[in-house]
Amino acid sequence: MKEYRKSGRGLALGAGLALALGAAVGFSPISAHAAAKAPIKIGVIAPFSAIDGISIVNAAEMATDDINAHGGIDGRKIELLKYDDHASAADGVRAFQRAVKQDHVVAVVGTFISEVALAVEPWAARLHEPFLITGAASDQITNLVREHYAQYKYVFHANLNSTFLGDVVCAQSHAILVKDFHYKTAVVMSENAAWTKPLDDEYLKCLPKAGLKVVDHIRFSPNTTDFTPIFNKIEDTHANVIITGIAHVGVKPTIQWHDQQVPALLAGWSSQAGASTFWKDTNGATEGVITGNLGAPGAALTPKSNPFSSAYVKRYKTTPAYNSYTTFDAFYILKDAIERAHSTKANALVSALEKTNYVGTIGREQFYGRTAKYAHGFKFGKGYVTGVAIQWQDGQQKIIWPTHAATAKPILPKWLKPKK
Amino acid sequence: MTLVMQILVDGFVISSLYALGAIGFTIIFGVSGVLNLAHGGILVVAAMVAWYMGANLGLGVYPACLVGILAGIVMAYLTYYLVVSPIERSRRIPAEEKEIFILTATLLWGIMIQEMLAYIFSSNPISVPRLVPGITNVFGVHTPTNELAIGVVSWLVILGLWFFVNKTRFGKAILAASINPRGVSLLGFELSSIHRLVWGLYGLLAGLAGVLLATFIGASPTNVGDLTASAFIIVILGGLGSVPGSLLAAYIIGFIETLTAYLSDPSYRTLPALFMLIIVIYLRPQGLFGRR
Repeated sequence: MKEYRKSGRGLALGAGLALALGAAVGFSPISAHAAAKAPIKIGVIAPFSAIDGISIVNAAEMATDDINAHGGIDGRKIELLKYDDHASAADGVRAFQRAVKQDHVVAVVGTFISEVALAVEPWAARLHEPFLITGAASDQITNLVREHYAQYKYVFHANLNSTFLGDVVCAQSHAILVKDFHYKTAVVMSENAAWTKPLDDEYLKCLPKAGLKVVDHIRFSPNTTDFTPIFNKIEDTHANVIITGIAHVGVKPTIQWHDQQVPALLAGWSSQAGASTFWKDTNGATEGVITGNLGAPGAALTPKSNPFSSAYVKRYKTTPAYNSYTTFDAFYILKDAIERAHSTKANALVSALEKTNYVGTIGREQFYGRTAKYAHGFKFGKGYVTGVAIQWQDGQQKIIWPTHAATAKPILPKWLKPKK
Repeated sequence: MTLVMQILVDGFVISSLYALGAIGFTIIFGVSGVLNLAHGGILVVAAMVAWYMGANLGLGVYPACLVGILAGIVMAYLTYYLVVSPIERSRRIPAEEKEIFILTATLLWGIMIQEMLAYIFSSNPISVPRLVPGITNVFGVHTPTNELAIGVVSWLVILGLWFFVNKTRFGKAILAASINPRGVSLLGFELSSIHRLVWGLYGLLAGLAGVLLATFIGASPTNVGDLTASAFIIVILGGLGSVPGSLLAAYIIGFIETLTAYLSDPSYRTLPALFMLIIVIYLRPQGLFGRR
């Protein structure tokens, strides 16, 4: 796998020199002390060429450098190993197998696509390898943990699941779309993927409670090349807003929505719109688009939020995506667990991870217990992770919800007017 | 009524773009007997270069599109000189096997272009800003003016091509070369010069189709295979080497896809055309206007 890369290429050379030196002075080259100070290998799996894939890798690099610069984990450096899954389940499984069997990583962090995460999950169970899922959102991830705990206890969902993402959007919709814009009707439009099934179910349940009547529900193929027929159909419904569930796609529907001046606001969950490169990718067509996110530059959800997002922007010249926050935090959660367990063995690590109580960049992070509905999933709600809403305004991502973190008031694109 | 107008307007725009994209593909086959399976790659190169010039080097949309078209011409010539011509000139490949060699070589070249684009620009879809901003109301259908402009530009270029082929000396030479290459040689025309001209013309048409596509629905390296397949289906249906056949086929395919997208599901839009292709291959393998 040519995409497989190691950070710290000097390690091999260093190890060689150490062996030579050890042999020259007559010591055993693998002393107990040296073994104890050997780096801790952690793998990260993501689709490198996707906007929401490289964001995982970037955050993993940042966390590794940050932790290493501050003394590592119990004095041991992290050695980061990166694997490209090309958004393919087969490649994801191969990468995971290689990480565990050949490279002997102590844990794996990633990936973006739910279908890939779900394909890898049984391998985490079979190989007894801690796997922290930071990008995929399908509820099925934690269902497997609850239903087959003994096998799947190695899997932790360090991200909000799709149902919770739906709840985040409904809370935002009530505050912004219903209260501020007096909107009454919505069309739910989601890509056909594993993560949007529970998301759409939740949308259909919670949007009416939030004050929006759902007048149509559209699920489209991620391979859709022309969204004109879909937007024309939506226009015929006279809905006020399109509530999206899009992550695999993002650029095409956003540009066509803007170019066609569809008379319905684009809001909901649009993962790619969370990264600042989306402005350039859409030639500015994302102006006015509202999307849920787990964090955003300027949103001081915890004391760690803004230092992280500022450092990320400085290093990568783009804002962190939702999964950058979760991936960065996952490395610190792992560090915390290894230090509490005084071990990198899988079972000890699982027990320590279950007791996680860590204030990360997006809130207090704890995992639900083994018998909970979302076993080993991130806790959601007040006091834990709650999410934010951002809106693209004049080329910048502004935080418009929750009110205490807001940096701007919500606005409408030029061709739309609030309802009276 | 609105639905009918939506289908007519969208069908016209997408069909015109298909026609522009496929016409060069069929001319190349008609004149030099080459089925260029790297066709989609050339379209996407033009689209991505135009995007890169605009988004990263700050060129305006029109200059960026011109550079994109130029990239299409350069890619067409690269395809000819690096892939097609060496096989055509080779003495080690038997004459009767050259077609299949070129078919395979251009297919591999297309894959190489796709991989190179993905490596340089990533597989994320890109889009070029609209050439003409604004919205036009066409009998109640909210249509981006850019889409109408794409339809008009496509037809102007197709008409210009008709004029060039039928009314100019070089154009007539191309037409003659597609009918009787030996006769054209006997009349004193150098066949290789005609081939070079045709590949340049092909690059121009493919480059233009690529940048227009990028202003309409965007492009990505992952589209290379689909775009080649679309052109391939159109020219098979129209008849290999037949320009009028390709034009008619482009409209048949474009409208069938649009009808499917509106009346059924946009996800299924390419399926009926593929079924149709199978039926055509069974019942009329030479296509609607095929000569070979």
